[in-house]
Amino acid sequence: MGDRTAPTGTLLIRGGTVVDATGERRADVVVADGRVVAVGEGLTAGPGATVLDAGGCVVAPGLVDLHTHLRQPGSEESETVETGSRAASLGGFTAVVAMPNTNPPLDSADAVRSVLDLGRSATVEVAVAGAITVARAGERLAPMAELAALGVRIFTDDGAGVQSAGMMRCALEYAAALGVTLAQHCEDASLADGGAMHEGAWSSRLGVPGIPGLAEEVMVARDLALARETAARVHLLHLSTARSVDLVRVAKVQGVPVTAEAAPHHFTLTDASAATYDPLFKVNPPLRPQADVDAVVAGLADGTIDAIATDHAPHPPESKDLPFDLAPPGMLGLETALALAITGLGLPIRQVVGLLSWRPASIAGLDAGAGGEQGGPIAAGCPANLCVLDPAARWTVDPAALASRSRNTPYGGRTLTGRVRHTLFRGEPVVVDGRAQR
Amino acid sequence: MSRFPRHLLEVADLGRDGLTDVLRVTDSFVEVGHRSNPKVPALRGRSVATLFFEDSTRTRVSFETAAKRLSADVLSFAAGSSSMNKGESLRDTVETIEAMGIDAIVVRHPSSGAPAQVARWVRGCAVVNAGDGWHEHPTQALLDLYTVRHALGGGDAGLRRIEGLRVVIVGDIRHSRVARSQVAAYAALGALVTLVAPPTLLPPVLEDWPVVGVHYDLDAALPTADVVSVLRVQAERGSGTRLPSLREYTAGFGLTGRRAATLPPGAVILHPGPMVRGVEIASDVAELPAARVTEQVANGVAVRMAVLFLLLGQGEREMVGQGERDERALQGQGEREMVGQGERDERALQGQGERELLGQGEREGDQDG
Repeated sequence: MGDRTAPTGTLLIRGGTVVDATGERRADVVVADGRVVAVGEGLTAGPGATVLDAGGCVVAPGLVDLHTHLRQPGSEESETVETGSRAASLGGFTAVVAMPNTNPPLDSADAVRSVLDLGRSATVEVAVAGAITVARAGERLAPMAELAALGVRIFTDDGAGVQSAGMMRCALEYAAALGVTLAQHCEDASLADGGAMHEGAWSSRLGVPGIPGLAEEVMVARDLALARETAARVHLLHLSTARSVDLVRVAKVQGVPVTAEAAPHHFTLTDASAATYDPLFKVNPPLRPQADVDAVVAGLADGTIDAIATDHAPHPPESKDLPFDLAPPGMLGLETALALAITGLGLPIRQVVGLLSWRPASIAGLDAGAGGEQGGPIAAGCPANLCVLDPAARWTVDPAALASRSRNTPYGGRTLTGRVRHTLFRGEPVVVDGRAQR
Repeated sequence: MSRFPRHLLEVADLGRDGLTDVLRVTDSFVEVGHRSNPKVPALRGRSVATLFFEDSTRTRVSFETAAKRLSADVLSFAAGSSSMNKGESLRDTVETIEAMGIDAIVVRHPSSGAPAQVARWVRGCAVVNAGDGWHEHPTQALLDLYTVRHALGGGDAGLRRIEGLRVVIVGDIRHSRVARSQVAAYAALGALVTLVAPPTLLPPVLEDWPVVGVHYDLDAALPTADVVSVLRVQAERGSGTRLPSLREYTAGFGLTGRRAATLPPGAVILHPGPMVRGVEIASDVAELPAARVTEQVANGVAVRMAVLFLLLGQGEREMVGQGERDERALQGQGEREMVGQGERDERALQGQGERELLGQGEREGDQDG
């Protein structure tokens, strides 16, 4: 349990289908004092209990985002721990992993502690990814043992890959002893630098400098080789190309300790979106052609890609009023991820929820197996981090209505299927009927 | 005459009909350029702003000369001399300029797509792309087409001869906005375009480009070329690191005197400028009668007059129709200035002059259509 349990009375989640890693069954759920106290059909709660309607809904373990840019400290005009957490709750998440590319970066105990402290009053569990190298510069190891002692389970220089193979090998060897995971933003700078979109037919036509799929693939291949050698756990962030997926598929068969994630925009949008030069569609790794999108979908379907992660990257409006090549990459993700997964993947709901909940919880070291409280199961005695979602609800994305401090979603005006109805964080209903409670 | 687009951002905005409209209207303005007072009142009272985020004296002066010859007021904004260098966003700059009552903004920007963004932000203003990053430079392609059409005899006959014409574009196509516009423009009129460049100076994917071939061998392409368009090596855009040396480039891809001699008789050599003599084109080749570089520059003004006129002409017609102007004076001037002498069908031109300048007649039934 965390340090903060909201004082809640008894809650009855009634009429839904409970879905977790153990299976799927029609059941009501009773929650009290931050924990699930009963799961079963036809449950009743005593007088004074709050009843949350889950008719037609799936009651799932809270979602876990492996890849959230909360922007604090340093870019509070884009997002804060508080606003990002509210957006996460509305998206059905009960935990996020805050990326370390803040200013200052999360490469020291003080910086990590400051974000953990801010997270204590948030509406989700805020876990922190530490930097692999000092200042994310790729030259000197960050104090990984010290950060691990604060609870950091995953490290990354996200925003950039560790360019030097020697440095990455050293980091993996060091990480293996600590039992932590290194997450790589796979992008070879010598192939990618100066690029603003996927290198291909569209970039050639639009005259926009390209980022080839190769820039990702050579680092995926390199890190798989390094992981095989060092036996340290590697997690590959936001995979976006068919060959990356193939490389991971083969490596997993061979027993390499690797996990991978994909972002919703990489399975719902293609590089053709750049045709209007709208920087809302600029993201890194860039949107790829349909064949890559199809491969990412297939990778998620067959388990090659373990998890969906948002890469929620808020930017203020003025930064997207720049020319395409000058605008910063990144798009919002927390409030649309679940709906995009339901709408875009065509997978059974339990598989979708797994990709967003128990599998990322396990990668982040936040699951019950690791002593954490995320990812279920939903059973008496377990922490009440829950997401009640209506898989059939249709809604239209309105950027102005998002809880994020920023507005840079590329999905404005799109109608999606699947919406969060209630979110419970440590038993507290932080979202009720689609509305944030604090 | 076809309905002209609201903005000119890329050649595809025009389509075949728009392209031929521009070429035909350009004829009138070429003629205007030959007069002692090369000015017409067509856009009097309108204002055109040039907004250049990249140094380009040639293109800027060409557009400003075109606007002035149409009697438009010209405002010149250049990065470095304004708030654009103080962190003001492109959007704020554009909205500020439009608030000054500008009718057309001519944009040059080092970022591909910037004019398209500007076009999304303006309310009533027309936007003309004067070159954006590696993307397009449509008026350059239009003046190339005009020059080629003139070399082929001019008029509709010259235009028809562009169909099936064998055009070789050689040089740094990867980084060239001119090449992208040229390919679109030539292809729209049925020319057969071949690209020639070292592989490192080609765009990464060319499969969907409307070209008949991509070659690494200039010597093989020249003997059948009707038009050779030579592009500069854009060292400032990183071409330097994509070639061993300019010397090696010249050896393989420079239009030397020896290579120019293999061109068929009547072939036309074009260069959008600025030329780097001795690199992509030999100095003596640039001086050959086949090289139309100076003519291209002269045609550039007339083509840009045509573009501005076609973009802003409709509003002018309404203004005149409302009787705010001295119609008699304009009519006299219109007839004298626009119709005047000339090699063209006078009736058609007169019709056009009247319709476009004076607001008489409908667009329907236009003989140039």
